[in-house]
Amino acid sequence: MGVHAMLKLEKRPQPSKAFAYLTPLFAVFATMIAGGLLFAALGKNPIEAIRTIFYDPLFGEFAFYYRPQLLVKAAPLILIAIGLSLGFRAGIWNIGAEGQYIMGAIFGAGAGLAFFPTDAWYIFPLMIVAGAFGGWVWAMIPALLKVKFGTNEILVSLMLVYVAEQLLASMSLGLLKNPEGHGFPGSRNLKDYPAAFNDELITGSGMHWGVLTAFLAVIFAYVLLNRHMLGFSIRLTGEAPRAARFAGVKPNRLIVFCLGMSGLLAGLAGMFEVSGPSGQISIDFNTGYGFTAIIVAFLGRLHPVGILLAGLLMALTYIGGEIAQGNLGLPAAAIQLFQGMLLFFLLAVDLLTNYRIRLVKREVAQ
Amino acid sequence: MNFSAIDPALLLASLMVAATPILLAAIGELVVERAGVLNLGVEGMMITGAIFGFAVTVESGSPTVGFLAAAVGGALLSVLFALLTQLALANQVASGLALTLFGLGLSSLMGQGYVGVKPPRTQVLDIPVLSDIPFLGTVLFSHDLLVYFALALVAATWAVLKFSRVGLVLRAVGENHDAAHALGYKVVRIRVLAIMFGGACAGLGGAYISLIRVPQWTEGMTAGAGWIALALVVFASWKPWRVLFGAWLFGGVTVLQLNLQAAGLAIPAEYLSMSPYLITILVLVIMSADRSRAPASLGRIFHASG
Repeated sequence: MGVHAMLKLEKRPQPSKAFAYLTPLFAVFATMIAGGLLFAALGKNPIEAIRTIFYDPLFGEFAFYYRPQLLVKAAPLILIAIGLSLGFRAGIWNIGAEGQYIMGAIFGAGAGLAFFPTDAWYIFPLMIVAGAFGGWVWAMIPALLKVKFGTNEILVSLMLVYVAEQLLASMSLGLLKNPEGHGFPGSRNLKDYPAAFNDELITGSGMHWGVLTAFLAVIFAYVLLNRHMLGFSIRLTGEAPRAARFAGVKPNRLIVFCLGMSGLLAGLAGMFEVSGPSGQISIDFNTGYGFTAIIVAFLGRLHPVGILLAGLLMALTYIGGEIAQGNLGLPAAAIQLFQGMLLFFLLAVDLLTNYRIRLVKREVAQ
Repeated sequence: MNFSAIDPALLLASLMVAATPILLAAIGELVVERAGVLNLGVEGMMITGAIFGFAVTVESGSPTVGFLAAAVGGALLSVLFALLTQLALANQVASGLALTLFGLGLSSLMGQGYVGVKPPRTQVLDIPVLSDIPFLGTVLFSHDLLVYFALALVAATWAVLKFSRVGLVLRAVGENHDAAHALGYKVVRIRVLAIMFGGACAGLGGAYISLIRVPQWTEGMTAGAGWIALALVVFASWKPWRVLFGAWLFGGVTVLQLNLQAAGLAIPAEYLSMSPYLITILVLVIMSADRSRAPASLGRIFHASG
């Protein structure tokens, strides 16, 4: 008689709560190790690199400068990720957040610059509305196409990113070009236009209107998902699609809401970014926040508070990465790779949340 | 505006060159999707193939070795995706996106030392009599070997899927993986092999862009070609010959808008550059009414519970 032992994957009756909290930590840890190996392969001291990225911005010598930067970098990521998470939970994949971010910036900056050089209290609020609208309308294209024709929203929203990038270039060179810019592409810098500038609410804290909005978005999403019928419908559609159908959840309503909301939030993020930290509409205004936000959404396990923490963590890798670039000569692409690895590990480790690993002994008759 | 400056023979020839990378990637992805797996990482695999192919060609001096390396590179990257989706049972959409982000980062990193470097030229076909025919010679007989390889691949894929047992089993797995498993077919193994095939094709397509179409290395140079390839598969209703037609259509739009820009058409360059992406959306809308033709198990996670 022979006995064979093998590892078997058994589906858990319910996703494990303990692992749901632990998996992001496992993933971060695994990424640090893999990242350390990567940095070593690039000829940098891995421990020093990891310390520069994760520890220095928070507690190092110049942390007082870097900590506000964390909020600045995290705000757009959190805003966009919150919007994305609503859709992702329901299986509605908005991959074009980058495009909606750009459109929000164009609409917002355009609205602000249209009033230049007037100084009035209503300019900034109008820019906020314009930015939100720009992002919303850009997301409504895939939404309506999906509702009316069943077109795949992944591909449509993605194609629109490339269209938005071309529009951005066109605006920088044409309609929004700074007339006093000596012929250089790019719009007027909004830092020079106080009525339209997205300034810090508390000087030195890095907290601008976008940061405040990000916090509000977290609260809004939490309340929506846990207290509102629509949030319940979203969660139900994701976890038990058949039950959702029987419960009378209207998929079209969800599609329009989720895509619209994520577009709106991404547009807001773009608007706050262009009127604040970035300052102007230029050809390379967009830096991939729309895609990094996808990582943030998954890292935060599609949960509002999780996304808040994940956004701060991702901002840490950005800031730490910049420091490592300067101090250690680490290439910028290595940080991009690092962030991609994080998502990989997270998805892999997520296995433990939904499945149990069992050691199964099988008797084999001979 | 000078339309006469556009030479139709050159236009058609460059159409075929422009179509080849997305054709290669799309055929690979078609096989993967027929097996029931949605791999959104095509863009990541393409750009990884682009840098692998470029780097190896520059280092070894031989484009052939470079293309082989690109195929291997794409396949290796796709193994990561296969591990995630088939072994770790992760969500396919998220995994594909992770692959794309990872591939973009990896290629940027690897490509650091290769910006501005000129690769060795790939040989172009020069058949004594056929290549000299005035119109058809330029259009049909003066291309590099990979263009013909891509066409042969389309034919081979069609034949294998339609007539062979391997193709039948692959399609069965894609339509109903539980039934296929019950019949004793190794679903995971078949899917992993299909994913690797898709990765190799995407890698080849990417290398084509960096070695022949441009030919140079720049960060992010695929510029959404992988996503267009994905759209192509939907547009083609998962049928190989329609993929060819679609690739020609997109190649044609890309090349035409470049030529129109050069001819001085009054529309600003940025709006013309948008056209391939807008046409993709239009085509997706037209074809999406035909959802019934998607492989029934596409995107669903397979876990043998027996």
